[in-house]
Amino acid sequence: MPIQYYIYLCLTLFCIGIIGVLTRRNAIIVFMCVELMLNAVNLLLVAFSKMHYLAAPGTEGANSTVGTDGQLFVFFIMVVAAAEVSVGLAIIVMMYRNTHSVDINFLNRLKN
Amino acid sequence: MSTTEILFFLLSALAVFCAIMVLVSKNPVHSVLWLIAVFCAISGHYILLNAQFLAIVNLIVYAGAIMVLFLFVIMLMNPNTDKESKKHVWMKLAGVSSGVCFLLLLVQMVYQSTDMGGKKILMSDGNIGLIKNLGKALFSDFVVPFEITSVLFLSAMVGAVVIGKK
Repeated sequence: MPIQYYIYLCLTLFCIGIIGVLTRRNAIIVFMCVELMLNAVNLLLVAFSKMHYLAAPGTEGANSTVGTDGQLFVFFIMVVAAAEVSVGLAIIVMMYRNTHSVDINFLNRLKN
Repeated sequence: MSTTEILFFLLSALAVFCAIMVLVSKNPVHSVLWLIAVFCAISGHYILLNAQFLAIVNLIVYAGAIMVLFLFVIMLMNPNTDKESKKHVWMKLAGVSSGVCFLLLLVQMVYQSTDMGGKKILMSDGNIGLIKNLGKALFSDFVVPFEITSVLFLSAMVGAVVIGKK
């Protein structure tokens, strides 16, 4: 299958995430759209790792490990995303405690 | 059209539709459920690419743990949906149009590039995505980042507790 199909799919998902970040006001939904963008990038990394696996010379051997790095990067991105979500949701809960709302309009200045 | 292509287009349509539904649904709980559907579709793509380890990890970590955390926070705060401030319709239109323009720019760039010309992906074959090979690479070449990850998790845990306690 051509690589372009996966590139177009991931670009579409990424841009849907961008539109969500730009248009929604709920902080939790903005955060979810960031997760969507991260997942689009993960999918593209896996697709490129399979592309390199196919393109590398000598892939006929069953124990070729070309392209393993890309999939391990995806694994590390997932790990970092899990840590990021825990801290980000704690910040959102703290913001809700202070302002009784999750609207990001209240965050237009960080002071007070 | 082969079975793999049909599955690809089905999963892609599902992923894009569910991603759009994440944006347009008013209730945040519905958004979380649609996002879980997106993650399941992306896991299907991983299985299609024979990246079995990442498919399972994506389901467990993203669709399982992270989304449950989101759902838990939303239900904890119980925000009334009618209180969400009305944004000006022109601002929404500007956001959507700039996003679509960005998408068109990137698509045009990929379409015009000659490097991507005859590149193919190996679908549903190849064993670099199996747990055995990934584990070997993870514990030989990537041991140091793997250990640093544990420190990152510890600091994230401490940070979340400190922020949440105030």
